[in-house]
Amino acid sequence: MVRTIITTIGSGLGLTLFSASAHAEWTVNLTPGVTDVSRSVFDLHMTIFWICVAIALVVFGVMFWSIFHHRKSRGAQAHNFHENTLVEVIWTVIPLLILVAMAVPATATLVKMYDPSEAELDVQITGYQWKWRYDYLDHDLNFFSNLSTPREQISNEADKQEHYLLEVDRHLVLPVDTKVRFLLTSNDVIHSWWVPALAVKKDAIPGFINEAWTIIDEPGIYRGQCAELCGQDHGFMPVVIEAVSQDDFEQWLADAQAEKQSAAAAAERTWTLDELMQQGEQVYLRACAACHQPTGTGIPGAFPALKGSPVATGEVAAHIDIVLNGKSGTAMQAFRDQLSATELAAVITYERNAWGNSLGEAVSPAQIARLLEPATGEAEQ
Amino acid sequence: MSMLDTTLESPVHEHHGPAKGLGRWLFTTNHKDIGSLYLWFSLLMFFIGGCMALMIRAELFQPGLQLVEPGFFNQMTTMHGLIMVFGAVMPAFVGLANWMVPMMIGAPDMALPRMNNWSFWILPFAFAMMISTLFMDGGAPNFGWTFYAPLSTTYAPPSVTYFIFAIHMMGISSIMGAINIIATILNLRAPGMTMMKLPLFCWTWLITAFLLIAVMPVLAGVVTMMLMDIHFGTSFFNAAGGGDPVLFQHVFWFFGHPEVYIMILPAFGIISHIIPTFARKRLFGYASMVYATASIAILSFLVWAHHMFTVGIPLAGELFFMFATMLIAVPTGVKVFNWVATMFRGSMTFETPMLFALAFVVLFTIGGFSGLMLAIAPVDFQYHDTYFVVAHFHYVLVPGAVFAIMAGAYYWLPKWTGHMLDERMGRLHFWLSFIGVNITFFPMHFIGLAGMPRRIPDYALQFADFNMVASIGAFIFGLSQLIFLWNVIACVRGGEKAEARSWEGAEGLEWEVPSPAPYHTFATPPKLPEALR
Repeated sequence: MVRTIITTIGSGLGLTLFSASAHAEWTVNLTPGVTDVSRSVFDLHMTIFWICVAIALVVFGVMFWSIFHHRKSRGAQAHNFHENTLVEVIWTVIPLLILVAMAVPATATLVKMYDPSEAELDVQITGYQWKWRYDYLDHDLNFFSNLSTPREQISNEADKQEHYLLEVDRHLVLPVDTKVRFLLTSNDVIHSWWVPALAVKKDAIPGFINEAWTIIDEPGIYRGQCAELCGQDHGFMPVVIEAVSQDDFEQWLADAQAEKQSAAAAAERTWTLDELMQQGEQVYLRACAACHQPTGTGIPGAFPALKGSPVATGEVAAHIDIVLNGKSGTAMQAFRDQLSATELAAVITYERNAWGNSLGEAVSPAQIARLLEPATGEAEQ
Repeated sequence: MSMLDTTLESPVHEHHGPAKGLGRWLFTTNHKDIGSLYLWFSLLMFFIGGCMALMIRAELFQPGLQLVEPGFFNQMTTMHGLIMVFGAVMPAFVGLANWMVPMMIGAPDMALPRMNNWSFWILPFAFAMMISTLFMDGGAPNFGWTFYAPLSTTYAPPSVTYFIFAIHMMGISSIMGAINIIATILNLRAPGMTMMKLPLFCWTWLITAFLLIAVMPVLAGVVTMMLMDIHFGTSFFNAAGGGDPVLFQHVFWFFGHPEVYIMILPAFGIISHIIPTFARKRLFGYASMVYATASIAILSFLVWAHHMFTVGIPLAGELFFMFATMLIAVPTGVKVFNWVATMFRGSMTFETPMLFALAFVVLFTIGGFSGLMLAIAPVDFQYHDTYFVVAHFHYVLVPGAVFAIMAGAYYWLPKWTGHMLDERMGRLHFWLSFIGVNITFFPMHFIGLAGMPRRIPDYALQFADFNMVASIGAFIFGLSQLIFLWNVIACVRGGEKAEARSWEGAEGLEWEVPSPAPYHTFATPPKLPEALR
C-alpha cells in the first residue's frame, strides 16, 4: 500500500516534470523473469516486501498516533513508565518468529539454486576489461561480445536508440528448455555477470571458476550488465542473451562454424592498405579506443598515447608483439585470442598510419595468421 | 584512579582560560576545543564529499556523457565514499564524544588529553594527502571506496600508494580516539555513576570504541597487503602468484561490516537522548538498549560475507551468513520499539533536534527494511551491486547517521555556544533536508530493482526519469546544508541566551553546568542529580 501510494506520487511528479520524455517507462520493481528460479526469487522478494510493509504500518502507526495524541500542545501529560519486561520479551520473540517464517522459503529457494545436477550445455564466460567472451565448450566455438552502441550516442551527438547501452555486436545464443551451465572467470579484474530475467548474477574472478545455471522457458532477448566495478568502462559492457528454440540453436551453431571458416579464409587473400585502414578504424574504436582514446592520445598517467609513440612508430615486430601478447602488469591485454588475424593486421596497420603516424606500410593478415598458428592449441589459459 | 586524584588536588588551575591565537588550536589538550576541531573538520569534509556527490548526480541527470569522463566519474564515487565515511561521519561522532562524554560522566577532560590532540591533528594531513591524489598523473583512486583487488592493486593508478598511507593515518587516528574514549568512560566517571547508569551516548560510544580497536587494525592489514602486492612482489590477491582476489573481500568486509555499525551505534545513542528530552519521559527500556547495542556489535563480526553473496560461497556458507544477518533485525527492532514506546504517552514538542530525531527513526527503519531484504541471499543475487543497495545504505547513512549528527549538533549547540537556535531557520533546514533526502534516495530503490547497476556513469534509457528525480533531490538536499552552516555560525555569534538546562525535559550532568559550558568543567567530581541516582 505504501508502495502504491509512493508510486502514485512518484508517477504524478514524473508526469508533470517529464511528460515530454519519449521513454517514460516507470519501472519500479524486479522483473519476474523467464525461469523457474527467477519466479521463485520474485515471489520471495514480494513476500518479504509485504511483510516489511505490514511491520512498518504497525510501528509507524503507533509512532504517528503518539505524535498526534501525546503532544504537549494538546495538553498531554507525560506518564512515568519506562520498562516492562513482558512487553520487551514479546517484541523480541515476535520478530524472531517472523524471521523464521522468512528464512524457510529463502532457504528453499537457495537450495534450489544450488542444484548440482548435470547440465546439457556448458558455456564458459570470461570477463575482460570491458567485454565478455563466450566459449561453447563442447562445440569449439568462442567469440567476444562488445558493446555496439555507437560513440556518437554516448557523447550526445546522435539520438539514443531503444536499447542504448544494452546492445552488443554478438549475442550469447542459448537454447530454451535446456539446462545451461555457466562457468565464469575473468582475464583481468573481477567482473560480475548479471541477467535480471534469469536471476543469475555471479562474479567472474581472475584465476578462479564460478558456476551458475539456468533453464530458460521462453524464447526472447534478455539484457543485463556487468555488476561489479571493473574500471573505466564498467558501465559499457552489457550482456545480451538470445534464447531460441532447440532447433534454431542447432542451426545457429552450424552457421557460426561456417562463418569461422570463411573468416580464416579471408586472412589468406591480399588486402590493400586502404581496406586495412578502413577495417582497422572500426576494430580500433571497438577494442582500443576506450583506453587509448579515439584520437590516439591516451589518458596521461593511466593509458599511454599511441599517436607518435615509440611502439606505434617503431619496429613493427615489437608493435605486433605487444598487441598480440599484451604487456604484463598493465591493463594492456593480449589480443591474440580476442581478434581474428585480419582484425589484428588491420588494427596494427591503422595504428601505424593514423593520427599522423604515417609509416605507409601495411601489416598483412597472412603475416599475422602465421604468428598465431603455433599458439592455437594453447589459446585457453 | 590516580588521574582522578591528581585533578582533585589542583583546583587552583580551574580558572585559566584558553590560550590566544592559532596556538590554542594547534596545541590544545582541552576536550571541548578538540571536539570543536573535529566537528568543524567533519563539516568541511561533508561539504567537500557533498560537492563530489553533486558532481556524480549532475552527470547522472541525463543519459549520455555530459560533464565528466568515466574515469573521473569513478574517482568521484571513490573519493565521495571515502571522504564521507572516514572524513565526515566518523570524525563528527568523535567530535561529539569529545565534547559530551566528559560532561556526561562528570569528568574534567578526556583521560589522555595529549593523545587526543594528536589523534585529531593527524586527520587534516591524512585527508590533504588523499585529496591531493586528484591532481596526480593517472588521477585519484578510482576503484570504489571498497577498493577490491586486483582493480586496486595491479590495475590501480600510481596514486594508490598515497591512498594506502592516508588510510593508515586515519586508522591510527581512529584507534587513538577509541582508546581515549574507553579510558575516559571506564576510569573517569563521577562517584556513583555505575555502568548501568551511564548515559546511552556513552554506552553506545564505548561499544563503538571496542569495535574500532578490533577492526581498524584489520583495515590496516588489508591495505598493507595491497602495498606489498603493488611494490614488494607478493601475491596475496593475485591468482597468478598463488593468491586469491576473494581473500581481499573477506578481510575488507571483516573490517567493513563492523565499520557500518561504528557509523550507526553512536547515532543510536544520540537519538536515545533526544527523544526522551522532547517527549519529557524517561527512555523506555534502558537496559534492553544496552544489551541490544552489545548484541548488534557482537553480531557485526559474524555477518561480513553478506556483502559477498555473489562471489561463489558454498551453500552452507550462504545460509550461515543469511541467518546471522537476519538475526540483527531483532536487536535493531528492539531499539526502534523502545524509541516508539518512549514517545507513547509522553508530552511531546517538536523543536529542530526532535524533528531530526523523528525523521531518523522513520527513515533509518526504512533503511533497516531494505537491509532485511538484502539479507535474503537468493534475492540478494538480484539486488547486489544495484542502486537498490545504494538506496539502502544511503538511507541508513544520510537520514540515519547524518541526521543523528545534525540532531545532536542542534541539541547540544546551546550548551556549546550559550545561545539558542533560531527555530524558524532550524525547521527550514529540517524540512528541506527531509524532502531532499527522500527525493534523492527513494527513487533509487526503483531504479535498482529495475536493473541499474551501481557505479556507472551512464545508463540505459528506462532508468532516465528516476535518475533525473534523484538528481533534483540531491541538489535540494545539498544546497539546504548551507542553511545548517548558517545556523551553526549564527548560533556561535549570538541569539537568545541559553539556560544551563537548555531544553525543558533534558536530563543528565551536561545540563547541570552553565551554558556555554566553561572551558573547564567538573574539576571536582559532581554529585549525581536526582534523576540519575
